Amino acid sequence: MTRTSLPAGAGVGFKPQHFAEIAAARQPLAFFEVHAENYMGAGGLPHAQLAALRADYALSVHGVGLGIGGLAPLDTEHLARVKAVCDRYQPESFSEHLAWATHDGVYLNDLLPLPYTEARLAVVAQHVAEVQEALGRRLLLENPATYVTFAESTIPEAEFLNEIARRTGCGLLLDVNNVFVSAVNHGTDATAYLDAFPLHLVGEIHLGGHAEAEDGAQTPLLIDDHGAPVADPVWALFAEVIRRIGPVPSLVEWDNDVPAWPVLRAEAERAGRLLDSARRIAA
Amino acid sequence: MATPVLPAPADAAFAAACLDAGQPVPGFIRCPAGERPERRFSVYRNNVVASLIGALEAKYPAVAAIVGDEFFRATARLFIAAHPPRGPVMARFGGPFADFLAGFPPAAGLPYLPDVARLEALVLEAFHAADALPLAHDHLPALASGAIALRRHPAAFLLRSQWPVLTLWRMNTGHVELAAVEDWSGQEILVARPGLEVSAVLLPPGAAAFLETLEVGPAAAAAAALDVPGADLSLILAALAQAGAFCAPEVQP
Repeated sequence: MTRTSLPAGAGVGFKPQHFAEIAAARQPLAFFEVHAENYMGAGGLPHAQLAALRADYALSVHGVGLGIGGLAPLDTEHLARVKAVCDRYQPESFSEHLAWATHDGVYLNDLLPLPYTEARLAVVAQHVAEVQEALGRRLLLENPATYVTFAESTIPEAEFLNEIARRTGCGLLLDVNNVFVSAVNHGTDATAYLDAFPLHLVGEIHLGGHAEAEDGAQTPLLIDDHGAPVADPVWALFAEVIRRIGPVPSLVEWDNDVPAWPVLRAEAERAGRLLDSARRIAA
Repeated sequence: MATPVLPAPADAAFAAACLDAGQPVPGFIRCPAGERPERRFSVYRNNVVASLIGALEAKYPAVAAIVGDEFFRATARLFIAAHPPRGPVMARFGGPFADFLAGFPPAAGLPYLPDVARLEALVLEAFHAADALPLAHDHLPALASGAIALRRHPAAFLLRSQWPVLTLWRMNTGHVELAAVEDWSGQEILVARPGLEVSAVLLPPGAAAFLETLEVGPAAAAAAALDVPGADLSLILAALAQAGAFCAPEVQP
């Protein structure tokens, strides 16, 4: 099974509107990440841009639609499309989410949450194994941002992810914005989550922005919208993680209200500086 | 280890309540003390519907511009309820939108709207279609001598409309200024992507018939074209070739 890895520097989630500026000069970035589902057409501009990026940078392919966390069987046609993208571009990393979106053949286009039970654990581990088998690659599984929990959940999320990794050999993608968003939404402690998280399995970190619901309600509600700069408490969590485990490939995601390229690049460079200082301390 | 064949009731109830805001929040949902489950669950409901409306808006910007934001969003909600996506590739979502609009009574006053949607769907299809080199000028002698055959380009699509939809589409996507449409004759349009850029052009009389019949053979295509009043075969070939309707020959002449 292919087990390559991204360079332990800062990367950016690629947006097509930034292509010309990215291509105009060598960017001070370690890698780019794309959503697999945006490259499932036969040809045209998306593939031309991705081929050009891939020639110059390390690449992470990030899936959003496999529905690994659902009880429904994996969509084998979609898995074949993901495999085609991976085979064509040979990314250093492939990652997906602990979430689901398809029910009864209808795709809900969101990352929906799941109960953390023994029964669900068995199904998710089976899905991860199927994906790794089909792709011939090790997968990184991402912790979700959630807004609700389930009455039937019996396993803490960090332990659930750890157990999937133990059963399947997959790695983990730690989204520190998701850690923060979920902790605020559920009134739990983000640092305690990190204490429980198997940080040695982290193959990539995600950083992104969130929004605060402004509806006058008493309890805070954060929404993982990737539509803003990374928030200060999320930078602090990031610094804490890399202080503990050293530099890790780290990505800035900005998918809504996408800013101009220099703004996004500056966010990634901030992550890069933190990684550099973690590297000096580790050395 | 067997994968369960049926989704669990939990996922079913969650999905159903996501798609239908009229349904109560499933009883197994929990949130912190003092918080209303409806508030938390509405994040998922909003994400699902807003993301799908956004995907339709991205695919059908001219339809959205013609009907306005409020009408488009209301229409999109009804369309999504009737034709939700069947897979995670958003470029494939929304195919039946033109037919839906054709049968949508509130849009009956805009009879050209379904064809505008058809044109926009073809633009996206051309954007993602397979790559192929287009027929170039220096292929023309070999073509004339019969040494090579004309083949339709994989990113070339036809639309025949009884409305001036290319004009309407250009005006509503910022290609040309909005103005009163003087000529309400129908249009035959070629959407093509010979390189990386998609273009949509108006075809001369007979060109659509030519391209539609090309699969049968060049003689049949020419005959079909010449059946159309005002058809000029050399003009048709020149217009189609320039727009990127044909592939380069497989073997270079």
